[in-house]
Amino acid sequence: MEVSSEYAVQMHGIVKRFGAFTALDHIDLDVRKQTVHAILGENGAGKTTLMNILYGLYKADEGKTYLYGEEVGISNPTEAIRHGIGMVHQHFMLVENFTVTENIILGDEVCGTAGVLDMGRARKEVTKLVEEYGFEVDPDARIQDISVGMQQRVEILKALYRGAEILILDEPTAVLTPQEIDKLMEIMDGLVSKGKTIIIITHKLKEIMRSAHECSIVRRGKYMGTVDVAQSSENDLAARMVGRNVNLKVEKAPAHPKDVCLSIKGLTVRDERGIEQVRDLNLNVRAGEIVGIAGIDGNGQSELVDAIMSLAKARAGTIEVKGVEVQNTSPRKVIDSGVATIPSDRHRWGLVLPMIVSENAVLEHHGDEVYGKGIMLDYDKLRAYTEELVSQFDIRPAGCEEERISGLSGGNQQKVIIARSVTHAPDVLIAFQPTRGLDVGAIEFVHKTLIAERDRGVAILLISYELDEVMDVSDKIAVIYHGQIVGEFEQGTVGEDELGLLMAGGGSQ
Amino acid sequence: MDKVVLLLGITLMYSTPLVFGALGGVISERSGVTNIGIEGMMVIGAITAATTSYFTGNPWLAFLAAGAAGAVVALLHAVASVSFAADQTVSGVAINLLAPGIALFSCRRFFDGGATTPIVTKLPKVFGDGWMADTPWANLNVNVSTLIAFLACVIMWFVLYKTKWGLRVRAVGEHPAAADTLGIDVYKTRYVCVLVSGVLAGFGGASVTIGIISQFTPTAIAGQGFIALAAVIFGKWTPFGTYGACLLFGATQALTIILGGGQSIIPSSILAMLPYVMTIIVLVLFVGRSVAPKADGVPYIKGSR
Repeated sequence: MEVSSEYAVQMHGIVKRFGAFTALDHIDLDVRKQTVHAILGENGAGKTTLMNILYGLYKADEGKTYLYGEEVGISNPTEAIRHGIGMVHQHFMLVENFTVTENIILGDEVCGTAGVLDMGRARKEVTKLVEEYGFEVDPDARIQDISVGMQQRVEILKALYRGAEILILDEPTAVLTPQEIDKLMEIMDGLVSKGKTIIIITHKLKEIMRSAHECSIVRRGKYMGTVDVAQSSENDLAARMVGRNVNLKVEKAPAHPKDVCLSIKGLTVRDERGIEQVRDLNLNVRAGEIVGIAGIDGNGQSELVDAIMSLAKARAGTIEVKGVEVQNTSPRKVIDSGVATIPSDRHRWGLVLPMIVSENAVLEHHGDEVYGKGIMLDYDKLRAYTEELVSQFDIRPAGCEEERISGLSGGNQQKVIIARSVTHAPDVLIAFQPTRGLDVGAIEFVHKTLIAERDRGVAILLISYELDEVMDVSDKIAVIYHGQIVGEFEQGTVGEDELGLLMAGGGSQ
Repeated sequence: MDKVVLLLGITLMYSTPLVFGALGGVISERSGVTNIGIEGMMVIGAITAATTSYFTGNPWLAFLAAGAAGAVVALLHAVASVSFAADQTVSGVAINLLAPGIALFSCRRFFDGGATTPIVTKLPKVFGDGWMADTPWANLNVNVSTLIAFLACVIMWFVLYKTKWGLRVRAVGEHPAAADTLGIDVYKTRYVCVLVSGVLAGFGGASVTIGIISQFTPTAIAGQGFIALAAVIFGKWTPFGTYGACLLFGATQALTIILGGGQSIIPSSILAMLPYVMTIIVLVLFVGRSVAPKADGVPYIKGSR
């Protein structure tokens, strides 16, 4: 495309290699002035790498960047800021125990003589910005005390304070409630009407349809074209992103729940700082149903899972598996009583990355008689068992039993964990963020497996920060807020807005 | 009354090296570098001060030389832990093992094989030599290093909380990646803070050998660097909090001295344990509750966000 001042950003023929791996292979991007431009792609497709090049965090091996028709070379964030580019990272870059004002001025402070801070003047400047854009942020609040949505606004303010004309938002909706997403969309409209240009990186189709004017698609480091969002549809975008038609809808038959398999009564759990993260929580999961817990990260989900697995102490209350109390025993006892887990972070909890696939495949059950006698492990049996898993669950590459598991892709690592959990025929399956970081194809597989297990009569507790996942997969939806279940619904009887309100603490009973 | 004044005087005197060491710990850890090598830097400061004072007869020059020597040792720590992202505890332990060896070797080298230096010229007293002589109040006429330590505390508070450099240091210690994306040089900031920490620890060593006693002995420092680190935690990584913690530890040392005068029924060797026992108690009670800077002890590697 022609280089012109009509475009705020143009990146042509961008190539970026990491060793032998080509992360970006001749990518083109043309972003019109005063528009919201989405970059769509699966995890690992190269979206963030491309933006990190624009922001000067990485250097492109080939290709040219133009801002408003002028060629520029940006080699570090300071230069990007000078060129009027601001970036809001997926993981916020905020100092938790600083105030909003301190975070905004950091690195570009308002000073009197000799480097002495003039906080009065700084506060005035921040207040002016907040009012100009209608952000509803208290300049004196500490970051640790404000909501995630507000933290994101502080990040945007940081960029605006430095005179950003072009804003890059990396997965901006990943951590927001539906209401906060609405607010963000409003803010983005407001910014565009004030002359700013916005680039959002996302893999969420719904938000692109709602907010973006144009959308560029990246698949495995290659440029797949730019579409006018108004002329497109979610299914069209998904097919372009994945390279084949995908079924975005989770298909399942109605559940046939039987007896209560997992019963939690009055559970209270404290975190390592002694703060109660789960308070008096009650929840039942029946055999043959999926109970989904919707909630924003940090509302007690991890403490709940830890307590079920006896990794954290239950200060009060009981956890029963098939009528037997298991709280405050040991992970071994909990596993033996029929509970399997898909942990939220497979690298930290689920796998031992330097070990081979077949060792990982028996981790929870390495003590079973089948895998060896006494203190000895029978590696032939491990291998035979793993071979079966690899073919049954289509774990790739085939024949990877003796490979280190760190060499597998995220989706295949997750398949190993799921295969390990379900082949030992649990009665209760705890799936904590089971599709985190997976691409659309792998997500489809995980959801199908969960539903197949449900139909086999397993009681499944699904905990996810992705509201869509909870709403699509669960038979029953429970909302967690501040460590308590604040609402329970049958699937299909509740809308996104109501759930979103409950997740944010509004209208709790 | 006399006893109280005496206790106060000794407390101020004995807390001084702790204050220097602890302030060094505060500035280093606030920037995100754990500095367990404070002890070693104090030892080097102690021998440098005594030796310089002996050969030049100028205690002020000796005091500055001790700060410079502390900075040189701190540079080792900075290179290892900031540039090479080495384990900061290991680097600190290495310094603590190295420093007493160097100190003793230098002492033997310069003073004909003696393990201690001869008596050297001390820093002057705050109110001059003759002030209130022969009254108990003379005990309050402390060494100038005590005053310098207090000023260092005030200055550090002002810099950390009232200037842009302080804001940056604290940001680097809490969230270096955030500081980096805003154009703050994380490495440079940490280097400066570790070097300042070395200077302060060097002063701390000097305040023992040319402030409290007037010679270097191999046991002159004897764990004061570690007590200073306990004071950092007790003082919640703030200059004034830490200063207060040092006064408390200094007071236990003063108690040890006053009670150990010979009349006490408790054996003096048991009393000598008091400051260390106090340190352990304080650590047990406060180490979990006090919140360290988030990035303390975590090397920053660019690009690994």
